[in-house]
Amino acid sequence: MKRKFRFSSVYLALVLFLIYLPIVLVVVYSFNESKISSVWDGFSLKWYEELFADAALFEALWNSIVLGVASSCAAAVIGTLGAVGFTRVKTRTKGVMEYLSMLPMMTPEIILAMVFMAFFSLLGLPFGMTTLIIAHTAFCVPYIYMLVKARLVGLDPSLAEAARDLGAGEIRVFFDITLPLIAPAIASGMLLSFAMSFDDVIISLFVTGVGVNTLPIKVYTALKTGVTPEINALCTLMLAVTILLVVISGAVGRMRGGAQQTQEGKQ
Amino acid sequence: MKQRRSLWLMLVPLYVFTLVFVAGPLVYMFILSFETRAETWGVVQEFTLDNYKNIFQPVYLQTFAESFRLAITSTILITLIGYPFGYFMAKLSDAWKKRLMLLLMIPFWTNSLIRLYGWMIVFRANGVLDKLLMALGVIDTPLKLLYTYPAVVVGMVYALLQFMILAVYSSCEKLDRSLIEAARDLGASPAKAFFTVTLKLTMPGLLSGIILTFIPSMGLFFIADILGGNKIVLVGSLIQDQLLKAHNQPFAAALAVVLMLLTTLMISLYKRVTHSSELEGLL
Repeated sequence: MKRKFRFSSVYLALVLFLIYLPIVLVVVYSFNESKISSVWDGFSLKWYEELFADAALFEALWNSIVLGVASSCAAAVIGTLGAVGFTRVKTRTKGVMEYLSMLPMMTPEIILAMVFMAFFSLLGLPFGMTTLIIAHTAFCVPYIYMLVKARLVGLDPSLAEAARDLGAGEIRVFFDITLPLIAPAIASGMLLSFAMSFDDVIISLFVTGVGVNTLPIKVYTALKTGVTPEINALCTLMLAVTILLVVISGAVGRMRGGAQQTQEGKQ
Repeated sequence: MKQRRSLWLMLVPLYVFTLVFVAGPLVYMFILSFETRAETWGVVQEFTLDNYKNIFQPVYLQTFAESFRLAITSTILITLIGYPFGYFMAKLSDAWKKRLMLLLMIPFWTNSLIRLYGWMIVFRANGVLDKLLMALGVIDTPLKLLYTYPAVVVGMVYALLQFMILAVYSSCEKLDRSLIEAARDLGASPAKAFFTVTLKLTMPGLLSGIILTFIPSMGLFFIADILGGNKIVLVGSLIQDQLLKAHNQPFAAALAVVLMLLTTLMISLYKRVTHSSELEGLL
């Protein structure tokens, strides 16, 4: 029995090691003096200096942040209102609408990319930030919707009923009762959405316009044409942002756990 | 009455957005796949089945076959690596479960290009792997694995492994371990208990993991692009080329419709087999 336990730990550690190996290599080589990644010439910060001097990269970073924030906010409004609305309104179209709005999550990205590109050119929308935001919102809505829906299932409906009995209108109930209770789910959904948007290459490649680059598009082009360790430095910074996001979402999760505990304590 | 209207208003954004920007594009893709490509640029609204006939050309069938081969190979490897991981992880103490979950989430949220780039460093001629193996005396000359089929398989497995782990883990978490004990008490060998009890009960997670890895692996053209160096053409790369290089929107649409039908078929098959409405461990 003891030997078996040890085998499983070794296995878990080995797989995790392989998962982290490439990430660690990217970080390590970002501090490499040499331009060639197969040679180690000593510690250097020069690639970070070059990175910070690269205006085009910073524009791409800014675009990615704007895109991530805009699409996760739009998705949060659409997904949250939809999930809450469906708990209160009985309609025969619910099943179909739920299926349709979840579709972007179940569809291979390349298909989404192609349909958005074709559809936007049909509508005559100018390709650029607007089209990027619409497309990213579409694949972020399912995550918000599912997280909020899961949170709503665990809520005590008598809270909202009590508020209604005391004369609060639907809007008041939503802002005073429901919204504070589902806020953690919305927050973690938005973080997830931001991360997905910040990560997306395929859809962005198709729906972006001339001259509008996001960070992943920049990295993708660099990887295809020729990499300099500047990209390592950039990746390391992006990794730092990711870890920060994971830690924040963990903290939000703990807050949610804490809130639940206090609620249970009161009961 | 006024109350009801304000409730309906909540659903307006979801309805409008989904109908216009999800249903709209998908319906358009379907229509587009039956239209004719214009001589120079754009599309002519003339009904045709040629786009679908086109797919049956050997060169494109070959692409579909190649995609399936890669998707199946990676899915099998992901299952073999990911299932034990999820299974062992579910056996850990709560504190370790949380730690491991965090360790899994960081790469999961890390940009996939960063992770691919790490493998480029590993596989590059005279890269980390070549140097390591030569230092160990396993090989004499560099393997130069970058831009080969195995490199693409590793990239796929790596990009999608977490989906399998999370799906299997969430299934194993719910597993009632007393059932396995009962089987053992009744004289089943550990292997028999595993195949008749554990594997059967965790089947929804396993199948969900298979779908969650198989579907994206048909479309992740940039992995084949970066680690395979354009040598391996997948359905995803084909759609991309038809759109961005050949400007043949109707044919790209037909390819997408076929790919979409295949994935929908898989998901509905999953729902039929497992009697569940949602994929296990999706979030």
